[in-house]
Amino acid sequence: MNDIKRILIGFWSNLVTLWLIFAHLWRHKDTVNYPEEMPYLPPRYRGRIILTRDPDGDERCVACNLCAAVCPVGCISLQKAERPEDGRWYPEWFRINFSRCIYCGFCEEACPTAAIQLTPDFELAEYDRQNMVYEKEHLLISGTGKYHDYNFYRVAGMSIAGKPKGAAESEAQPIDVKSLLP
Amino acid sequence: MSAIAAWFTPEVIAVLIGMVKAVVILLVVIIASAWMIWVERRLLGLWQDRWGPNRVWWLGIGQVVADMVKIFMKEDWIPKFVDKPVFILAPAIAMVMTLLAFAVIPIAPGWRIIDLNVGVLFFLAVLSLSAYAVMLGGWASNSKYALFGGVRAAAQMLSYEVFMGLAMMGVVIQAGSFSFDTIVEAQTGLWYVVPQFLGFILFLLATIAATHRAPFDIPEAEQELTAGFHTEYSGMKFGMFFVAEYISITLMSALVVTLFFGGWHGPLLPPVVWFCLKTGLFMCFFILLRAALARPRYDQFMESGWKVMLPLALLNVLVTGGIVVALAAH
Amino acid sequence: MATIHVDGKEYEVDGSDNLLHACLSLGLNIPYFCWHPALGSVGACRQCAVKQFKDADDTRGRLVMSCLTSATTGTYISITDPEAVAFRASVDEFLMANHPHDCPVCEEGGHCHLQDMTVMTGHSLRRYHFTKRTHLNQDLGPFINHEMNRCIACYRCDRFYREYAGGTDFGVFGAHDNVYFGRPTPGTLENEFSGNLTEVCPTGVFTDKTHSERYVRKWDMQYAPSVCMHCSLGCNVSPGERYGEIRRIENRYNGTINHYFLCDRGRFGYGYTNRKDRPRVAFIAQDGKLAQASTEDARARLGGLLRGAKHVVGIGSPRASLESNFALRELVGAENFFDGHSDAEHVLVAQAIAILRDGPVASTTLKALESGDAALVLGEDVMQTAPRAALSLRQAARGLGQKLLAQQKLQHWQAGALENLAQDHYNPIFVTATHATRLDPIATETCRAAVEDQARLGLAVAHFIDPAAPAVAGLDAATEARAQRIAECLLAAERPLVVSGTGAGSAEILQAAANVAWALHARGKTVGFFLAFPEANSFGLGLMDARPLGEALDALANGAAEVAIVVENDLFRRAPTARVEAALDKARLVVVDHQDTPTTRHAEVLLPAATVFEGDGTVVNNEGRAQRYFQVFDTAYYHPDIATTESWRWLRRLLSDVRGDGHDASTFDEVSSACAAVLPQFTAITKAAPQAKFRILGLKAARTPHRYSGRTAMRANLSVHEPRASQDADSPLAFSMEGFNGTGTDNTPADQRPGALVSYAWAPGWNSPQAWNKFQDEVGGHLRGGDPGVHLFTANTQASTTYFTHIPAAFVVDNTTPRVVALPQIFGSELLSSRAEPVASRITEAYVAMNGTLAATLSLAEHDSVAVTIAGSVLSLPVRISDALPDGIIGVPDGAPGIPRIATGAQATLKVGAAA
Repeated sequence: MNDIKRILIGFWSNLVTLWLIFAHLWRHKDTVNYPEEMPYLPPRYRGRIILTRDPDGDERCVACNLCAAVCPVGCISLQKAERPEDGRWYPEWFRINFSRCIYCGFCEEACPTAAIQLTPDFELAEYDRQNMVYEKEHLLISGTGKYHDYNFYRVAGMSIAGKPKGAAESEAQPIDVKSLLP
Repeated sequence: MSAIAAWFTPEVIAVLIGMVKAVVILLVVIIASAWMIWVERRLLGLWQDRWGPNRVWWLGIGQVVADMVKIFMKEDWIPKFVDKPVFILAPAIAMVMTLLAFAVIPIAPGWRIIDLNVGVLFFLAVLSLSAYAVMLGGWASNSKYALFGGVRAAAQMLSYEVFMGLAMMGVVIQAGSFSFDTIVEAQTGLWYVVPQFLGFILFLLATIAATHRAPFDIPEAEQELTAGFHTEYSGMKFGMFFVAEYISITLMSALVVTLFFGGWHGPLLPPVVWFCLKTGLFMCFFILLRAALARPRYDQFMESGWKVMLPLALLNVLVTGGIVVALAAH
Repeated sequence: MATIHVDGKEYEVDGSDNLLHACLSLGLNIPYFCWHPALGSVGACRQCAVKQFKDADDTRGRLVMSCLTSATTGTYISITDPEAVAFRASVDEFLMANHPHDCPVCEEGGHCHLQDMTVMTGHSLRRYHFTKRTHLNQDLGPFINHEMNRCIACYRCDRFYREYAGGTDFGVFGAHDNVYFGRPTPGTLENEFSGNLTEVCPTGVFTDKTHSERYVRKWDMQYAPSVCMHCSLGCNVSPGERYGEIRRIENRYNGTINHYFLCDRGRFGYGYTNRKDRPRVAFIAQDGKLAQASTEDARARLGGLLRGAKHVVGIGSPRASLESNFALRELVGAENFFDGHSDAEHVLVAQAIAILRDGPVASTTLKALESGDAALVLGEDVMQTAPRAALSLRQAARGLGQKLLAQQKLQHWQAGALENLAQDHYNPIFVTATHATRLDPIATETCRAAVEDQARLGLAVAHFIDPAAPAVAGLDAATEARAQRIAECLLAAERPLVVSGTGAGSAEILQAAANVAWALHARGKTVGFFLAFPEANSFGLGLMDARPLGEALDALANGAAEVAIVVENDLFRRAPTARVEAALDKARLVVVDHQDTPTTRHAEVLLPAATVFEGDGTVVNNEGRAQRYFQVFDTAYYHPDIATTESWRWLRRLLSDVRGDGHDASTFDEVSSACAAVLPQFTAITKAAPQAKFRILGLKAARTPHRYSGRTAMRANLSVHEPRASQDADSPLAFSMEGFNGTGTDNTPADQRPGALVSYAWAPGWNSPQAWNKFQDEVGGHLRGGDPGVHLFTANTQASTTYFTHIPAAFVVDNTTPRVVALPQIFGSELLSSRAEPVASRITEAYVAMNGTLAATLSLAEHDSVAVTIAGSVLSLPVRISDALPDGIIGVPDGAPGIPRIATGAQATLKVGAAA
């Protein structure tokens, strides 16, 4: 008797399932008819990678190589250089091979200066794969991206032109080696 | 002129008309089955809150053509380790046997290829043969997943064909004939789904199993067996298995309609339209089943077949037979 | 041996070590900063605290500094004790409190001991949010960058620079937490070993300025085991390459040679390989100028040239590998193969080899020099000709401190006590030279004299040690007494050292040094005998018994030979300009070289050779040790049009073109084995490193760290379609991170990387050079896989002592035509390093040095200009007065701009006033 009850309940539950799924016919669709209709992508969406500038308009990237190191597909490479006029580190060239990029966002997580950021632009398609290789001039934008206030050199201990030793945040004036005062 | 006309004896003309009908039915069945791939993709999409393929032509109806072009272009690769002749033969068997079964399905009054007085038995026989396609395909692939798929298919066919046949017996007993035409004719007043409701349910479940469709797609269960019996198949050979599956859905839907839903019967509209409408509805139902239900475990599936379905089918035959005999005695 | 108990486990260790040393040797990790295997313990950083227990039952214990605690039997310690762990974490936090937020812009990042230790101690979150202490930096010259903010005051730099290396222009200033490590005034660090500060400093206070220019992280470079080519010592180096350029040289540990330290010439002299003016494709002369040509054209031209020539001479080079010299010898025939040294050096090298090979005393190793306890440095200015040896000699001198420690029953690693006890007391070192040397400050006695007089002193010392050695007649009393003092001192020593070399340009000096060493040997002393050679492969080339260069030049000049093949050599450095030009004007010249030299400009065909970083080869160092250097990177990977390859490969191709046998794809092993088979003196070279088919656990050894980045982007500007990684048929190393990268675990051979295949120091959790700990059998010992290199011959202890009997006549002072001595220079004398820009900026201006007496007779003052006529050429040079020079001798700096190479011993005339 119990078995029959079980079978009937099971049968009924399957019928309910069928109806519920069938009713999805009239539900709101989660997908959109791209490209006529553009999807909303949140600012933290992981799309095309950019290099940003600090609030003062200088390149944020200091060529520390951490993005390249963390990249699981090794699609970032760059070369450090030092600006002769102010001593800032910057990438002489910066290359991302988007034909290899998997948009994992590790580079953004690793970046200590908030320079490298992923954007909601996902429309990267080319007829020629070579065009997927982006150099610094393709990557560097003129804004701050998602993080508006951070300026690495205000925090770092390295002095650059306009920010001598002791001028960074939470820094004391340079010590006087000759002083014996406590 | 008259010499040629002399050739067209009424027998010859009947044969020619039969051939034309056969070709028409064949084409319609194949094209409908192919289009069902698109219908399935769209319906699954809608039921999963997506749009499904809607880009090619109106509503995306041309998607099938694109798919077909693709599958024809694909490399038809035969692995080195397979039993080549059998491997090639298997998908052909699958197609041929399912198409063959259509020979006995009455579409409208007079619109059938042949009216066999053992139509039901012919159908069962052809269905059993089509199981060979899966078994041979699985065996010839010489790969363990394919073999498991083949073995499962054999076991599944064996257990479900038994009560499929028994479920049909209720209808046969009531109509008193193995001919599909007679069965349809007998439903002029009342569709057999009403008196034979239990038989209908059992038969429906058996047809799902016979088509290897979800939730009873146990021979090709992706999560366990990669793709089951057609793991090693690619290109058009895979395509033939694929289309054969959809033809058999069409076939089973047509059969359910013929046996339980009055075939071509219906008001106002011409019989062909009624038949197609009903069949189409059941095809959509098959898709709904796939969208909604989860696959049972293999042992549960076999258990329910032997321990629940078979006794119920026997009971159905017994009761129907008893009632028919009792009525006849009156 | 002693048994210690660490966290409940029992270990056998050397009881004379401290606990830190012992635990690290066992493979246990204890964080540390101020301790260094070569510098001993001072207990300044408090980072290596562990908990010590009285006995097995003690559960309370107390924190001790493991670097200051002896590993005696019955020591029970715990590294993982929670209190010790917490203590170490807080020490690290304190050290990090003032550490700037610099890692992204710090050259140390990624191979920083402070980073490693911070991770190891688990300090991950800054809790200190007050102001940080800052310092002003100093400009420390072209080699070293200074960033004092990063300092954690471990005192390693000071201890290395002042105590270990003897630098005087660096120290600690300030007080309490304001200590400052730097020079009294900003300026170039004077010490020749300043580059080691970059490795000694556990963080980024001192970093490699030459690398910063084209900086990449340690993990991003490709490395191969290599050998320094800038002097004859054969120090092991680890060059790092990125984007087709050599970016940095770091020390590669070799427990019998350089162990932890390099000299600045070796570390900063790599720039020649990155020069833009290097030939990188073949050139063919057209209308008197060299024009770029395809390899095929050049080979076609050369094939015709060589097939048609009646007589071809080949001139080898002491800066080319054995294989390259051998391939040349093969191509031109043994009778047409000439030595690439100058004729004078040819004689000296032959003499030195004969002494070491046939005499009873073989050469000692660089590391073994450090254990000497008395030394005679005869005529060789080691600081300039073989700088790393001078550092070892300094350690020999400092060895006295160890004796004093032992007398006080203190341990050898107690560096603080060592410094206080030793102060300025050194083991006796006697230095003879024609001029003041950088060893003078630690010398017990110095002798400045002409080479003959030095040789006479040496011979006299030998006679005093063993009367069987020939006596020197006519010595003055002072010299006699000095010789006796030296002899007695050497005899009193446990392990006396005799150091000399070819640098003085005198075979008599070499003979005198040999006599001293042999005399000590005859008296039953374990003598450490050490001879410096002129160049990296002088020993190897010398062993080939080639004919002297002069004969080749004569043959070319008189038309007996028509074609000359010069391999990696600038003949203008080897013979007087006029003589070389006379020869080259007549000859059809083929040059295989990687530098643009005056010689290449005379070439009819110039083939681009690989530098040491771009090819494989074997070189023989001054002790007769054959060492393999490996190709660091494939030049064609970034620049497919570059045709550079090893000289031996070019020469093998030419050989196949001449023979027409089509066998032009020789591998290194083929050439090396052929060399070993044809020349029995080189039988051992095939064992210098594993051959190309060698595998570790089925793998080649990786050239890059596993973190190597940018593999799919670094070449994407050329083509987005990545080529297959370069394949290496010549060595058991792979041009990628795919390969064995382990340190080896214990002494089982299965996962052991032979020392010759260790490209760079890295072990899990150890990214800084401190990772060498993980490769050594014991910390500071030998590499677990064996120190690289193989001796070509063993000590001929059975040889009878046949003293040299030639006694040179005393030097006769003639101030009108004084003798010119080329003063060897660490920066400048060696060709390749002087082509590196940072080294070039350290090369001295040209000058002429003379003593005050001579200057007074010519009425010259410091900086006055004087015309010096040497062997026909007139140079106008400023005067520098150095009373260290003896009468009758003037010195000019070797390799200074404007000064031609001068055969030491040439006569000069001086004319006051500007040159005509």
